[in-house]
Amino acid sequence: MIRDITLGQYYPGSSIIHKLDPRTKIISTFIFIITLFLVKDFLGYLIATIALGTTIIISRVPLKFILKGLKPIFLIIIFTFTINMFMTKGTPLISLGFLTISKEGLYTAVFMGVRLVLLIIGSSLLTLTTKPINLTDGIEKLLRPLRKIGVPAHELAMMMTIALRFIPTLLEETDKIMKAQMARGADFESGNIIKRAKALIPLLVPLFISAFRIAQDLAMAMEARCYKGGDDRTRMNEMKLQGKDVAAFLLMIVFVAIILLQRIYF
Amino acid sequence: MDNIIKIENLIFEYKREEDNEIVKAVNDISIDIERGSFVAIIGKNGSGKSTLAKNLNALLLPSGGAVYVNGNNTSDETKTWDIRQSAGMVFQNPDNQLVSSIVEDDVAFGPENLGIEPTEIRQRVDMSLNAVNMYEQRKKAPHLLSGGQKQRIAIAGVVAMKPQCIILDEPTAMLDPHGRNEVMEIIHKLNSEGITILLITHFMDEAAQADRVIIMENGKSILDGTPLEVFRHVEEIKKIGLDVPMAVELAYRLRKRGVIIPDDIISEEDLIEYVFNRSKEFNSYI
Repeated sequence: MIRDITLGQYYPGSSIIHKLDPRTKIISTFIFIITLFLVKDFLGYLIATIALGTTIIISRVPLKFILKGLKPIFLIIIFTFTINMFMTKGTPLISLGFLTISKEGLYTAVFMGVRLVLLIIGSSLLTLTTKPINLTDGIEKLLRPLRKIGVPAHELAMMMTIALRFIPTLLEETDKIMKAQMARGADFESGNIIKRAKALIPLLVPLFISAFRIAQDLAMAMEARCYKGGDDRTRMNEMKLQGKDVAAFLLMIVFVAIILLQRIYF
Repeated sequence: MDNIIKIENLIFEYKREEDNEIVKAVNDISIDIERGSFVAIIGKNGSGKSTLAKNLNALLLPSGGAVYVNGNNTSDETKTWDIRQSAGMVFQNPDNQLVSSIVEDDVAFGPENLGIEPTEIRQRVDMSLNAVNMYEQRKKAPHLLSGGQKQRIAIAGVVAMKPQCIILDEPTAMLDPHGRNEVMEIIHKLNSEGITILLITHFMDEAAQADRVIIMENGKSILDGTPLEVFRHVEEIKKIGLDVPMAVELAYRLRKRGVIIPDDIISEEDLIEYVFNRSKEFNSYI
């Protein structure tokens, strides 16, 4: 069962969004997020929602998967919503004892809520349409100019690649150790939180030892295959910006322009 | 004779952790490996065979003596990458030597490190994956493959660097019999294409398939020759706690019981053929 885990939340597909260069998608997502903070009223959000919605339709990722991305931060949205609703001062709308919901409060709460939802959906569209490994390559390429000021771009990317590769291996290892400990009477399921956390120690110690052993083996194998860091290294799949990437950037510029114009004139 | 690897009085020492004593894992070994040959090294755990292997591509450096790969001394730091490119290495655990989560990216890892042009890498990756019959699985994630398949990917990763020699350190130790056969088949195929094979193993039947067998014990090479010559020393091999191939063992026991049986039997096929011919002879007497 543990072998079937999918990493990240990539939704396999062959839409034009999937095929865009990862760099295009990373930059566009950033621009989209920043633009959201320039919006000052709901008309602006309507434009952003239409733009995002069209992109989702083109990507052919089912809405169900996109909404799933909202689940983990649902609590944060509720929290922000509530705080904004009660804490903003203004014309009182409803009074519940010492708590007052003001007109302005309700407005800000909804406004912030919509911003958060758009933010999350926008960034999860990136991870839904890009394989983690390509995302890593994209980040490496984007960070490369920063190497001059000491950002270890290649090393970071290599670490992420290896982490992605070894998550299933370590999960299998965990499964194995867990079964071995259970066979000898270890109990991981009952008791309160503290008791259960304590029960994890005999699992974590062998797991760490095992992880270090794997790291040593892997380092040896990488050296044997002439790995000597990122300098003078070539890549089999060189990333090239294509026509569709240029088109995507142009559309992004149009989008930002519309948002800005709307902010100033309407 | 053209030797790809020359080992001259190699000594490798390390400090044992328990008592800080200096131990000689490899103790004065001199071996020449001929280009294009298939050499098997056998020995028990701790006999120094893995240490020897790691000395052959500069993963470990000799404490004494010298190792030459293609004429380059492994102690010469400027030649380290040349040596690792020409003498590739495959390790025991198939899980712990694959770097990428996509098969073809992993095979490309070696050539990428060598700084080869992208189009050429693509060709090499396809060629290597075809060589190990794994082209169909090129887009898969390694953790979804069987042990034998993973080990074949590891071999492809080495083949993509176009080595002249491949050192395999117990590549089949963690595989099931099916996976073991797959890997052995690939090894034979690569050897027939001119790549020198150095197979470290503790399976006698695998060693019997080589051109030359070296038996190691306590850091020394104690027997060295063709499988025929080496496996003739049944008693000596058994004394150090190793087995001989099944057919050799059977012939040896029959001989001890007084059955006349020649001593050039290595494989099961040899034995079957001999017994079959003898019984035909026997039938023609009656």
